[in-house]
Amino acid sequence: MVNALRFRDDSAHEEPAVTFETFLGQTNATAVRLEPGDDARELIPHLDRLALIEVSFPKFRDGRGYSAARILRESGYTGELRASGDILVDQILYLRRCGFDSFIADAELDEAAVDRALGRYGDVYQKAADGRSPVWALRHG
Amino acid sequence: MYKYDQYDQTIVDARVEEFREQVGRRLSGELSEDQFKPLRLMNGLYLQLHAYMLRVAIPYGTLDSRQMRMLAHIARKYDRDYGHFTTRQNLQYNWIKLEDAPDILADLASVEMHAIQTSGNCIRNISSDQFAGAAADEVEDPRPWAELLRQWSTFHPEFSYLPRKFKIAVIASDQDRAAMRLHDIGLQVVRNNKGETGFKFYVGGGMGRTPIVAPLISEFVPATDLLSYTEACLRVYNRYGRRDNIYKARIKILLHEIGADEYRRQVEEEFAHVKTLGLDPPASEFERIAAHFAPPAWESGLPDTVDRSNVDFAQWVDQNVTAHKAPGYAVVTISLKPIDGIPGDASSAQIDLMADLAETYSFDELRVTHAQNIVLPNVRKADLLTMWQKLVDAKLADANIDLVTDIIACPGLDYCSLANARSIPVAQKIAARFADPARQRDIGELKLKISGCINACGHHHAGHIGILGVDRKGTENYQLLLGGSGAEDASLGKIAGPGFDEDGIVDAVERTIEKYRDLRQEGERFLDTYRRVGMDPFKEAIYG
Repeated sequence: MVNALRFRDDSAHEEPAVTFETFLGQTNATAVRLEPGDDARELIPHLDRLALIEVSFPKFRDGRGYSAARILRESGYTGELRASGDILVDQILYLRRCGFDSFIADAELDEAAVDRALGRYGDVYQKAADGRSPVWALRHG
Repeated sequence: MYKYDQYDQTIVDARVEEFREQVGRRLSGELSEDQFKPLRLMNGLYLQLHAYMLRVAIPYGTLDSRQMRMLAHIARKYDRDYGHFTTRQNLQYNWIKLEDAPDILADLASVEMHAIQTSGNCIRNISSDQFAGAAADEVEDPRPWAELLRQWSTFHPEFSYLPRKFKIAVIASDQDRAAMRLHDIGLQVVRNNKGETGFKFYVGGGMGRTPIVAPLISEFVPATDLLSYTEACLRVYNRYGRRDNIYKARIKILLHEIGADEYRRQVEEEFAHVKTLGLDPPASEFERIAAHFAPPAWESGLPDTVDRSNVDFAQWVDQNVTAHKAPGYAVVTISLKPIDGIPGDASSAQIDLMADLAETYSFDELRVTHAQNIVLPNVRKADLLTMWQKLVDAKLADANIDLVTDIIACPGLDYCSLANARSIPVAQKIAARFADPARQRDIGELKLKISGCINACGHHHAGHIGILGVDRKGTENYQLLLGGSGAEDASLGKIAGPGFDEDGIVDAVERTIEKYRDLRQEGERFLDTYRRVGMDPFKEAIYG
C-alpha cells in the first residue's frame, strides 16, 4: 500500500510547489500547485520553466483537474504533472489518460489494484493526452 | 442496427470483469458504501427504497429480438418477472441483489448490451427519435451519429466527473419526437445549402427544478467537426459549471448565468484549439457505422391499404400506427399503458412476445420511446391485423397512443428514494377516470406527464397537462401544470394554482379537460386551445 505513485523515469523534483497566485506574482519558481478553480491556461506562457505542476483534487467528484491536465499537455507541457488529494484507484486510469504521471493520494493505494485498473482496457474509444490510438484509428489502420 | 466488432465486445467484457471485482471488494467489506457508491453509479446500480435498481442502457432506444429476450430472461431470473421502460429509452429492474449484478452484466454483454454510464455525473445514454430510419420526414437516420457519440463518450477520461449528469439527444426531423431541446445538448441533423450534413447545436436545456428550453448555440456544425465541437461544449462546462450546489450544477444553469452568447464565445474559442488535436474520426469510420443502419430490404409492390372492417382494429390503427417512408409498411407503437397497469412496465412474457413480433414482422427491430412505449418500426400493412390479434391476446393492444391515458409517470414514492409523492396511483386513477375509449378519442391528443418530485423524471414540465407531486407538511400534494410541450414547439407548463390531494388532482384534471371541450375550436388539440385562450378560463374552471 502506498500514497505516492510516479510514472516517470527522471528524478523527482525537489522544490516545493508554490500556490498559483504566488507563482503568477514571481518569476523564478519551477513548481506550482493548482486548485480546482485556477485557470490552467494562465500557466501556458510559463510552461518551459516549470518542472512540476501539481493539481489538487480536494474531492474526487470535482473533475475540473482532468480538463486542467489535458489543457497543459495539449499546450506542450512535458514536465511532471501530479494529481494530489482524494485520489482513488478507480480514477487513476482516467487521470493517466488526461496526462497525469504522478500521484499523491490522501488514502493509501493498493499497487496491485492500480496495475489491474491500468491494464484492464486494452483499447480506448477516444483520443486523450496519453497518445493512445482510439479504436476508430485501429479499425481504419 | 449496430453490431459490435471485437473492439466493442472486448471493452464491454472488460467492464463486466471490472465491476465484478468492485462488487467483490464491496461484499468483502474492503469498500465502504460511500466508496462503492460512485463505482456502482457508473454502472447504473442505484440503491432505492427497497432494493437495488439496475438501469440497462438501450442506446438510442434501439434493440433486436435477441436483446429483448435477454431483458425478459433477466427479469425472470433475477427480478420479479417484469421490467420498467424509462423516459430515457432505457430499462430498469427494481428488485436486484447486489451479488447478482455482475452476472446480469455478463448476460447483457453476451448480447452486446451493458449498463455503462446509465447513472453518475457523466455523459449518459444517447437518446434519439424512436421512428429513426422509418420516419418519412427525416433528413437521414440520426442513429449512426448517436452511435458515434456513444463510442466517443464511453469511458471519456475528461468527462466522467462532470458537475452533474449530461444528456444528449440526436434527431433528424423538424418534428421532434425525442424532446431534443430539453436535453443538455440537443442535436438536429440538417443539410446546408451546399447539401452538406451538419448539426444544429442546442445546449443547456433540461427539466428538473429549473426547466429551460435549450437555446441554439450553433446553426450549423459540419459533420466532420461533431466530436470536436461536442468536446469543446463539454470542456467549457466541466471547467466552469457550478459545483457548489447540486441543484445549480447542470449546464443549463451555466448558460443561464453567463448567457448563451458568452457560452457560445467560449465554446468557439475552445473549439479553435480542440480542432487541432485530431479528435474527429475519418469519414470511413462514420461510413462503417452507418452501414449497420442501412434500411432493411423492404419489399416493393405491397398493398398499401388496410382492411378496416374490424372496428376495434381500425381504432388501434388510427391511434397506434404511423406513416412509414416505404409504401406498404407502417410504424407500430405498442402501448405499455393499460388502464390498470403501471406506465412503462412489461412482464417477461410480454417482453418475449414483443421480441417474437419484432422477429416475425419488423425485420427483427424494436425501439423504446421516451413516452415509455415500444415501437416496431417496419411492419407490412398486410400483417397488421394478424399482429394486432396477438397483441390483444397479450393485453398489449391498448389503442391510446398520445391520448390522455398514455401517461408518462416516474416510479415515484413506490420505488424511488428521492420522491416526495407517489406517481403510479395517480396515473392509474386518471387512467381509470378516462378509461372509456370513445371519451379518450373525443378528447384527442393530450400528453399527460407525472413526476413524483421536483427532479422531473416524469417530464411534468413538458406535459400538455403536467402533475408534480410534492411533500406538503408530511402529506402528498399534487400541483397541476398546463401548457407544456416536449415537441418541436417546446414550451414549459405553468402552475395553475394551489395543489390538490390524490383524488383532488384527478378531479382537477377532469375539470381542465371538460373546459377544453367547451372552448375548443375545430381541429384544436388541448394544447392549441390552451395557447389560444391562456390560463385564466382553466383556472376558473378548476378553482372557480
